[in-house]
Amino acid sequence: MRIFESSVGRKILMSITGQLMIIFVIVHLIGNSSILFGRGGINAYAEHLHALPPLVWIARIVMLSAIGVHILYGVIVTLQNRAANPTGYAVKRQLKASFASENMIWTGLLLAAFIVYHLLHFTARLLPGVVQSVDQLNRFDVYRMVVTAFSNGLVALVYALAMVVLFLHLSHGIPSFLQTMGWNNDKTIPTFGTAGKVISAVLMVGYVLIPVVILTGLLTL
Amino acid sequence: MSAHNAQTMTLTLHVWRQAGPNEPGRLEQYEAKNVSPDQSFLEMLDEVNEELIKAGKDPIAFDHDCREGICGMCSQVINGVPHGGQERTTVCQLHMRTFKNGDSIYIEPWRAVAFPVQKDLIVDRSNLEKIMQAGGYTSAHTGGVADGNAILISKIAADYAMDAAECIGCGACVAACPNGSAMLYTSAKVAQLAALPQGQVEAAARVTAMADALTEAGFGNCSNHYECQAACPKGISVKFIARLNREFQKALFK
Amino acid sequence: MILDGKCPKGPIQTSWDRHRFDLKLVNPANKRKYKILVVGTGLAGGAAAASLGELGYNVEAFCYQDSARRAHSIAAQGGINAAKAYPNDGDSIYRLFYDTIKGGDFRAREADVWRLAQVSNNIIDQCVAQGVPFARDYAGYLDNRSFGGAQVSRTFYARGQTGQQLLLGAYSALSRQVKAGTVKLFARTEMLDLVVVDGEAKGITVRDLVTGEIRTHVGDAVVLATGGYVNVFYLSTNAMGCSVTANWRAHKKGAFFANPCYTQIHPTCIPQHGEHQSKLTLMSESLRNDGRCWVPKAKGDQRPPAQIPDEDRDYYLERKYPSFGNLAPRDIASRAAKEQCDDGRGVGPGGRGVYLDFADSIKRLSEGTIRERYGNLFEMYEKITDENAYKVPMRMYPAPHYSMGGLWVDYNCESNVPGLFVLGEANFSVHGANRLGASALMQGLADGYFVIPYTIANYLAKTKPGAVKADHPECKKSVEDIKANTQKLLSINGKKTVSEFHRELGKIMWENVGMARSEESLKDALKKIPVLREEFWKNVKVTGGPGELNQQLENAGRVADFLEFAELMTKDALHRNESCGGHFRVEHQMPDGEAKRDDENYCYVGAWEFKGVGKEPELHKEPLTFDNVHLAVRSYK
Repeated sequence: MRIFESSVGRKILMSITGQLMIIFVIVHLIGNSSILFGRGGINAYAEHLHALPPLVWIARIVMLSAIGVHILYGVIVTLQNRAANPTGYAVKRQLKASFASENMIWTGLLLAAFIVYHLLHFTARLLPGVVQSVDQLNRFDVYRMVVTAFSNGLVALVYALAMVVLFLHLSHGIPSFLQTMGWNNDKTIPTFGTAGKVISAVLMVGYVLIPVVILTGLLTL
Repeated sequence: MSAHNAQTMTLTLHVWRQAGPNEPGRLEQYEAKNVSPDQSFLEMLDEVNEELIKAGKDPIAFDHDCREGICGMCSQVINGVPHGGQERTTVCQLHMRTFKNGDSIYIEPWRAVAFPVQKDLIVDRSNLEKIMQAGGYTSAHTGGVADGNAILISKIAADYAMDAAECIGCGACVAACPNGSAMLYTSAKVAQLAALPQGQVEAAARVTAMADALTEAGFGNCSNHYECQAACPKGISVKFIARLNREFQKALFK
Repeated sequence: MILDGKCPKGPIQTSWDRHRFDLKLVNPANKRKYKILVVGTGLAGGAAAASLGELGYNVEAFCYQDSARRAHSIAAQGGINAAKAYPNDGDSIYRLFYDTIKGGDFRAREADVWRLAQVSNNIIDQCVAQGVPFARDYAGYLDNRSFGGAQVSRTFYARGQTGQQLLLGAYSALSRQVKAGTVKLFARTEMLDLVVVDGEAKGITVRDLVTGEIRTHVGDAVVLATGGYVNVFYLSTNAMGCSVTANWRAHKKGAFFANPCYTQIHPTCIPQHGEHQSKLTLMSESLRNDGRCWVPKAKGDQRPPAQIPDEDRDYYLERKYPSFGNLAPRDIASRAAKEQCDDGRGVGPGGRGVYLDFADSIKRLSEGTIRERYGNLFEMYEKITDENAYKVPMRMYPAPHYSMGGLWVDYNCESNVPGLFVLGEANFSVHGANRLGASALMQGLADGYFVIPYTIANYLAKTKPGAVKADHPECKKSVEDIKANTQKLLSINGKKTVSEFHRELGKIMWENVGMARSEESLKDALKKIPVLREEFWKNVKVTGGPGELNQQLENAGRVADFLEFAELMTKDALHRNESCGGHFRVEHQMPDGEAKRDDENYCYVGAWEFKGVGKEPELHKEPLTFDNVHLAVRSYK
């Protein structure tokens, strides 16, 4: 299959799987924001979400395959790129490339590690200290679980740092997927560059807001 | 011109010297004296070489030919940027007035696995040829073609094609790319021909073949750093890479 | 010997068509048995190699650059002529033919020029089919501009990079053939000798510029498309690597050199800035469409151009040539510029420059329009001079640009050595004593795409394929000679560098055999050149060894050839005791300073036979007859 073998094809795979994850990240933030409405908000959201098991599982499978493909080709492509240009210059001056664009593999791998941690933490709930209980309406108490977790400054910090990494990854990833899909011309190139940074920043701020709100005591048990 | 630029400069050069493809290389230091601001960069190197020859030493080997910015032969990374980082300027069109007295200048060859060093600052760029041979043409036969005005081409399409066709094939895009990718070079030809009715006939086969040739020749993948456009002495836009991506997607369904 | 160009007889309008029918053919199945060696991959060589490969011949192509795409055709800016007559302004094949003959000051062969004009239209079609992005108008039709020496708009262009686009077209066709396996490309390979077996060209000896290996390639025919020789002046608009070497070595093996004194000095080049300068940069002649040439009326007027009012300016081309004005042919425009400077009215450093002013056009058309037409040229000008030509007029001075002379060929582009074909600037054929703008590209592609594919078959059909093998004694001898020559250059170990000799030679040639030549200056040059040559072989310093990438050695070989060739060029200029086109003998001018031809005594092609270095070459003449145009005083007034 050309899309899996060609340099351009792989790029398109990276782009499409990346787009899926960006959609997920956006939807996830909107869903998580329900915590700002208190216990009722997020617990109801979680309840409704899990009331549709086939859809949840289809979404999970799609997302996991997207992540798998994204990581697999991200690693392959990076190894190829390193092999194509192993020696640097004695003096190097970058004109356009940024810290974000040059470290996609590292921000990507950090995010992968974070996702594993996050899934173990809040999805599989296998980490020690995860509070599992039900609320007054006998729903799983997501609110308590999250608020308890983020009341721990260290956990909150890990999440916040991960979101900074996400910002870096997406600030290059968003303009990059648009370019790779071929939706670019001279006028859109700078616009998409800015849009990428703005959207990634909004996502980062949105996600970081949750631990911040909890740590500052605006949301309490 | 020397009238308003009478001051001459002394510069310290750090030049990559490498006797052959399989020899180790290193940076050597030279002094360039009495450099006139109106001299071109290569004329400055010519003078350094004259001194070296007179001292019985091996002059610095570097590629150059037309010295008017069009043949694409000259290829030096100057202070970390291919062609020296003046906008839309090849090394041969770079003038010493952009430097200051006492400056240190690092001069290195294009670096990429697909561009092995042959000597000093000269690299082997034949891998670029392979990409072109894979499909950088229309298969028009000599003779027996239609009148030039038989197929109308909008001015917009012709101008777009010309923007892409300005590529001089120097390889600065590869040298600048952190991934050693030749995607800008490849896309310029793909986009030029895809924009013209004469090239559209073979567009799908062309983009696939050229993208494959790029990988086979040992160039890396494009990850949208856009260093290439910034270093390109003709200012070829990365929008042509977007066009290539689009053409590739179309080809997937053919 | 009286040379015969073997031009078809009868009405010129049908001469090429009849000739094509008379030429022999090679059966398609037999074509692959013939190997053709094409040297040079510019417009002529690239187009020839691609077309011959496509026909099925087994082609080997050679260039000294690292890619076929870098040949110096790429630097041509302005455009390519064709007699399409799209603008409905009175053009025709006949008019292009007439303009070219007249522009060449009646020193070219009628039949060759007719053929060129005839196939010019096919070239445009061919290039369009290859995807050459010619300029188009808003309706989508091909656009035209006017050029020097013509009163019609017949020049097709691709911004200011027409040569580049046409060459990339030919290069793409060539790349297709390389992929198809019909053409084998040898880049970074320089031809150093022609191998002649039993009087016929059967191979070339080359040096691999990377490894230093010297070897012979044998073939059934050799095609030279190796460009011109104006680097004999050291400073010129040619690329640094352009040389007379391939032509000269072929000349030494028996090919006649025709009209070497016909060199073109281009009127619009950026003036020299200093002693260290390595080359001169041309600004397209198309600039004269919208730029006006002027100098101050008063000698030594030091005011900045903006402060010189119109009445104190001398728009000398418009004054002297009212009907062609700024679009006078190149030789005339160059000499006019030189006259103004010699008269003490030149501008810029050393008074070696004239203004080319766009202020009026910018006023009339807007800066945007000028930018669209010539943006890249203005940019290039600014890079070199640090001046913004939208604000201050450009300064221009003539510079050596093109050589009309070259190896002698007959109507089939075949030299007097059977099997040796010469195309493009390397031959002498169509431009007479002066080439019109936008005609070089036309000739290169005409020869490569539409002439050689027909005419070479006529020779090949008469030969047995593969007759000469690589182990032939002539091949071995050639390799040994070249190796000995290389060794000799390396062993001198003198005090002066190759460039110093080249610079000195250039100075002699520019001062004595440049834009204005006299018996005295030419005789002076003939004294100085052999002295310099002798010194070269005693005192040149070439570093490095033979078996490596050695740019000094490459240059040394080229300069050594220039030192021999310069003498022939000067001798030709001395023998041609008339003025014509680019060859201006001060003894022969009209009262108003125009070139004065002597048709009674010099209406011929002067082709020289090599007799040995330092020995008197033998002159052979090919009389020129004009049946379709009248020999007349060339006037652009």
